[in-house]
Amino acid sequence: MGLKLKSKPISELEYIKWDPEKVVYAFSQGNETCAESAVLAGCDFFGGYPITPSSEIAEVLSRRMPQEGRVFVQMEDEIASMASIIGASLGGARTMTATSGPGFSLMQENLGYAITTEIPCVIVNVQRLGPSTGGPTSPSQSDYMQVKWGTHGDHPIIALSPSTIQEVMELTIVSFDFAERYRTPVILLMDEVTGHMREKVGYPRQEDISIFTRSNELPESGDYKPYDLSVKSGVPPLISFGEGVRYHVTGLIHDEYGFPTRNRKEIRDWYDRIYRKIDNGLDRILRYDLYNLEDADTVIISFGISARTGLEAMIQARKKGRKVGMVKLLTLVPLPEEMLKEVIANVDRVIIPEMNRGQLILDIERLNKKGIDIIPVNRYDGEIISPGDVLDAIGGC
Amino acid sequence: MKRTAPMFQDYLRPDKRFPSVWCPGCGNGVVLGCILRAIHALDIPRDKVALISGIGCSGRMPVYADFNTLHTTHGRALAFATGLKLARPDLYVIVVMGDGDAMAIGGNHFIHTCRRNVNLTAIVVNNRIYGMTGGQCSPTTPSDLIASTATYGNIDQPIDICHLAALAGAAFVGRSTVYHVRELEKIITKGLDKKGLAVIEAVSNCHTYYGRLNKIGRATDMFKWMKEETAPITVVPEKRKGKITRGIFMDKDTVGFIQHYEQLVEKAIKNMEMLRQWKKKRLGPDINAKKAQVANNT
Ligand SMILES: Cc1ncc(C[n+]2csc(CCOP(=O)(O)OP(=O)(O)O)c2C)c(N)n1
Ligand code: SF4
Repeated sequence: MGLKLKSKPISELEYIKWDPEKVVYAFSQGNETCAESAVLAGCDFFGGYPITPSSEIAEVLSRRMPQEGRVFVQMEDEIASMASIIGASLGGARTMTATSGPGFSLMQENLGYAITTEIPCVIVNVQRLGPSTGGPTSPSQSDYMQVKWGTHGDHPIIALSPSTIQEVMELTIVSFDFAERYRTPVILLMDEVTGHMREKVGYPRQEDISIFTRSNELPESGDYKPYDLSVKSGVPPLISFGEGVRYHVTGLIHDEYGFPTRNRKEIRDWYDRIYRKIDNGLDRILRYDLYNLEDADTVIISFGISARTGLEAMIQARKKGRKVGMVKLLTLVPLPEEMLKEVIANVDRVIIPEMNRGQLILDIERLNKKGIDIIPVNRYDGEIISPGDVLDAIGGC
Repeated sequence: MKRTAPMFQDYLRPDKRFPSVWCPGCGNGVVLGCILRAIHALDIPRDKVALISGIGCSGRMPVYADFNTLHTTHGRALAFATGLKLARPDLYVIVVMGDGDAMAIGGNHFIHTCRRNVNLTAIVVNNRIYGMTGGQCSPTTPSDLIASTATYGNIDQPIDICHLAALAGAAFVGRSTVYHVRELEKIITKGLDKKGLAVIEAVSNCHTYYGRLNKIGRATDMFKWMKEETAPITVVPEKRKGKITRGIFMDKDTVGFIQHYEQLVEKAIKNMEMLRQWKKKRLGPDINAKKAQVANNT
C-alpha cells in the first residue's frame, strides 16, 4: 500500500498561458466549446458531414471559420470529409473533422491513409450508441476499441477523452499539438453528454496559446526524406506541399523518400518507426488525473462522462470511510500502462465504469498480473451510469 | 504559351522510378505525356503543380512525375484534392483517375466536385475496364462486352462521363483519346487554364484486358479502333452516329468554388463587424469584461 503516483494533468503541457485577468468565462456546450477551441488552436480547415450528436461543431465552425478567413466545407460524406482534411493538412493547414459512430466508421479508410502517410489531423468522435445507425442522441462509450483498431493493419494512434467542458477546451488544443508533433491523426473521443452538456468554461486568448507548428524548413543537405528513418525522435519533419520540395506521398508502404517499396527491411523499419515515434513521446502524450490513491484499496478507473460518475461515487464512498481512489484517463490510446500496472499491483480491486458492454476493461485485465478483482460497471441502454451504480459495485456503502 | 518541345527529363523522376509498371503500349503513358506538355506549354513551375491520383493503373501516374505528388485511396482523389486546393489555392491541382476510380467507388465524389465546381483539373483515363485488378467490369464497360466479372457479357448500361460532368455543374468538359494526342493535349491545356472544375475524359486502351477479352487485339489495333470509332464534335451529327464524340462539350464562363468562398469570407467578416457595432451600442464598449462579470456572478 501507499501509492506515491503523481497525476499528469493537461496543465503540465503548458500550451496555454493562463492569465487570470484575461480569461473569458462562458457557459458553453461541449460541441460549441470544441469548435471555439479549434478556432483558438489555429484550425485553418474543417471538412465535415452533419451527424447527431456532433453537428453543432460543424454548425459553429460554418459561422466562425469564414469570419477568421479560414475554410469550412461541408463535404458529401465522411469518407470525403476525412480525405479533405488530409489533403488540406498536406497543404499546410491545421485540420479537423467531427462526426459520430456511423461517420466514424466511414472515416476508417482514410484514417488509415493519414496514419500511413503520417499527415496530421484531428478527428472528433462524439459517441452515440452503435453499431449502425444505433442511437442518435443516446450517450455511449462503445467506440473505444474502434478508435484503436477501426482501420485495418498494424498501427498506433492517439486518442484523448474529456470528461468536463473545460477539458473539452484544453484537449481540443492538445489534439492539434499532438497531431503536428507526432505526425499522426489524433482522435478526440467525446460522448453525447460531453457534447451536449453546458458548463462554465474559461477561455484563454488566442495569443496565450502556443502549440507545435510545422517549420517547413529544408534540411541542410537539401535531401528531404519525408519518412527519414534516422531521425531520433522517430518523427521526420513534414514539409507541406507547395513549399519548394517536390516529393511523393502514397498509402502504399513506402521507403524513406515516400516511394512504394517491397524491400522487407524497409517495410519492417517503417512499422517500427511509426510505433517508436509514439513510444518516444509517451511522457508527453500520457495524461491522467489521480485522486486519493495514497491509501486506496479500491480504485475506480474510467474516462469521459463515466469518470464524472466515478469521481462522485468516490467522494460519497470516502464520506462513508471507504478507501476509494480514482484514475481518470485523459489519454485513452495509448493507455498509460506503467501507471496502471502500478495501481493494480497496489490495490485489492479495481472498478471500471464504462458505457458499453466492457471494452476498456479488456485492456485493463491484460495488465492484471496479480489477479485482483476487476469489477465492471456497464450501461448500454442509452442512459449514463449513476454514482449509485458504482457505489453498488464498491459495496457496503 | 511555350511551344517548344519539353525536355521530358525535366518533368520526370527518371533516376528513381523507371521502367514503369504499365504494359508496353498502354495509353496511360500517353496521357501523362499530354499532361506534361500542357504544363510546359503554360509554363507552370513544377513546384506549383500537385498531381493527385486514386488507385488503379492510371493511379500510378504521379509516382513518375516530378511535382508535389499524392497517390490517394481508391475513388477519393477528388476529395483529397478539394482539401489541398482550398488550403493552397495557388497550386495547380491536377487529378488523374481511372474510370472505375472516378465513376464507381468515386462516383459520389465526382458528382459533388462538379457541383461545387472546385478549381481543379480532373482527368479520367477511360479504358472501360478495371486494368490494375485484372479486367473486371467497370461503369463505362459497354453493354454486352466481356470483362473478367462479366463473362457472359455486361448487362449494365455504361455511364457517359462527360455528360454526367456537364449535368453536375463542371465549368469545362472535354473528351479525346490517346490516339488523338495533339487534340488531347490541347484540351488538357485549356482545362488547366480554366477557372472552376475542368473534367477531361481521355479514352484509352487496356489491350491487356479489354482488348484481349473483347477480341479487339493489341495496342495498335486499339489505336486503330479509337481512330475509326470516334468522331469530332465539329462534324455533322449523322457522321458521329454510333461513334464516340471528341471535343469540348462545356466551357462555361463561371467562377469556381475558391472565388465563391472568398466572397463568403467577405460577407462573414462584414456581418461580424456589423454585429460588433450592434453589440457595442447595446452593451457598451467592453463586452468581454461585462461577460466575465456576469459569468463570475453566476
Ligand atoms: C476500397 C478499395 N476497393 C478495391 C480496391 C481494388 N482496386 C484497385 S484498382 C481497382 C480498379 C481499377 O480500375 P480503374 O479505376 O478503371 O483504373 P485502371 O486500373 O483501369 O487504370 C480496384 C477495384 C482498392 N484498392 N480499394
Ligand atoms: S493492365 Fe491495362 S490499363 Fe493497366 S497498364 Fe496494362 S494495358 Fe494499361
